Amino acid sequence: MTPERDILAERALAVRRDVVRMIGVARSGHLASSLSIVDLLVWLYWEVLSLRADEPSWEGRDRFVLGKGHGCPALYAVLANKSFFPREELWSYRRLGAMLQGFPEIRRTPGVDAPGGSLGQGLGLANGLALALRDRTPAPSVYCLVGDGELQEGVFWESAMTSAHFSLDNLLLLVDRNGRQMEGATEDIMSLEPLREKFLAFGWAVEECDGHDFASMRNVLGRLGSRRGKPGCIVAKTTLGKGVSFLENDPSGGRMVLGRESMDKALRELEKGGD
Amino acid sequence: MPTPERSTRDAYGQALIDLAAEDISVVAVDGDVGSATRAARFSVLHPDRVFNVGMAEQDMILTAAGLALGGKNVYVSSYASFLVGRGYEQIRSSVAIPGLPVKIVGSHCGVTVGEDGASHQMLEDLALMRAFPDMTVLAPADYVSALGLLKNAASSRGPVYIRLGRAPVPDVYADGDEGFVPGGGRVLREGTGVTVCCCGIMVSEALRAAEVLARQNICAEVIDCFSVSPLPARIILDSVHRTGCCVTAEEHFARGGLGEAVAALTSSAYPVPVKQVAVFDKFGQSGSPAELQEYYGLTASQIVSAAVQAWTMRRR
Repeated sequence: MTPERDILAERALAVRRDVVRMIGVARSGHLASSLSIVDLLVWLYWEVLSLRADEPSWEGRDRFVLGKGHGCPALYAVLANKSFFPREELWSYRRLGAMLQGFPEIRRTPGVDAPGGSLGQGLGLANGLALALRDRTPAPSVYCLVGDGELQEGVFWESAMTSAHFSLDNLLLLVDRNGRQMEGATEDIMSLEPLREKFLAFGWAVEECDGHDFASMRNVLGRLGSRRGKPGCIVAKTTLGKGVSFLENDPSGGRMVLGRESMDKALRELEKGGD
Repeated sequence: MPTPERSTRDAYGQALIDLAAEDISVVAVDGDVGSATRAARFSVLHPDRVFNVGMAEQDMILTAAGLALGGKNVYVSSYASFLVGRGYEQIRSSVAIPGLPVKIVGSHCGVTVGEDGASHQMLEDLALMRAFPDMTVLAPADYVSALGLLKNAASSRGPVYIRLGRAPVPDVYADGDEGFVPGGGRVLREGTGVTVCCCGIMVSEALRAAEVLARQNICAEVIDCFSVSPLPARIILDSVHRTGCCVTAEEHFARGGLGEAVAALTSSAYPVPVKQVAVFDKFGQSGSPAELQEYYGLTASQIVSAAVQAWTMRRR
């Protein structure tokens, strides 16, 4: 284990604890779905994205679009840990008048680059951003993270055609392939496989990685670096509820609302993981 | 009257060309109907500033929203039936809620689309777009006002919907006329007998109706309500204070359009009888634009009879 990787793992653990706390305090929100993207976000925000926390609207920044808006507790916790806003804001998540809404809002939250809330719309927004920014020197990159279930929305594939047609090589899509959606397994409800081949057929450069292994993420990003003229896609295999044992194995797909006791249990597990 | 040669959609390509000369951030998103919406005239001059995303209205709206997030001054256009119909939820989630300054240009509105029939004759766009908080909704009457509104929309800080038509319409304004701003309206003819609030193709019909009414000693005040949302409330209320009754006229369903907007305004601020000239409870169908206007009662004579009814009901 390299020292940098230790640091990322530490940060991911801290973010996970904040995610559990904020959803626990709010008694509302999608915990398991948020936990599955924590490692991907930590990797992006600490290692990949070019940003300025003290200047959230810096024109030269890379943009991040969260397609699966219900996973925003992970994004909020990352932004707070990156000092985009005070960490205390996390505890009013989903409350009336809060900076942190149930789904991301650009006008309320520093560091949120795009609206999210309606599934399937993230990639189209990211395309527009990539088109708007690609003539700048240097051209900022646009990163878009979507859930696998939302790939069932038709508009996503309209947008997937657009990304390739306009040769958006400043666009990188990450698919959180946790294999679950609201009512069960994606492959039972509306199968997505073969996913890699679908993206290839749409004209994308595609790589697969372990969405909880930073070395694996680095590796595929390196391989996608040479994708001249093509949008890049990383299909990241993840585990719903990652880091909390009873959520990882939850047959309901993490739809349960955590009570006080389960929240404490989850935090104890995450604290142990930090040792 | 000379045969009209210009439609409101003709102003679209010209507005983009004029705007692009002053503002390098102006871009257009098109859905493979650029010849019909007139965006094509712009793309010939500035191919690098038009993004044709193909037949994909939902993606068009998202691409436009993303371009706006990236700092571009974006116009997105297609047939209104599909742009605001199929793209409604994208407009709601990715333009209206975040309040992005995307200019949504719906062409081919109303029955005067003609032979294509009901699927292409959008009659509920004003209702859909008016329902959003902070969405500016504009319905120009002719080429000149369409050009002015399209260009003035560029400086809007929030989303704007602009309703355009396919068929050529008579000129109401002179070339170079100005002042077509959101929230505005224009008193085209002063009167004390009845207020006629109208938009789009019904403005020239209202002016013709006013001539007929004048011969019956009813002096109609005709207001071009090109800003359907926000309404030119002060102009309308000042007028109904004087006239005590009102007629609305629009090429739109009676539900949710200009008529209901004016009725809501007057009922809360200064209640007067309001009679609507609009399409009541039926979809469009195929036919020539003139036949359809007659069939659906979108003519000067309908405005005359509504005005007479409103006038007899007035309370002064």
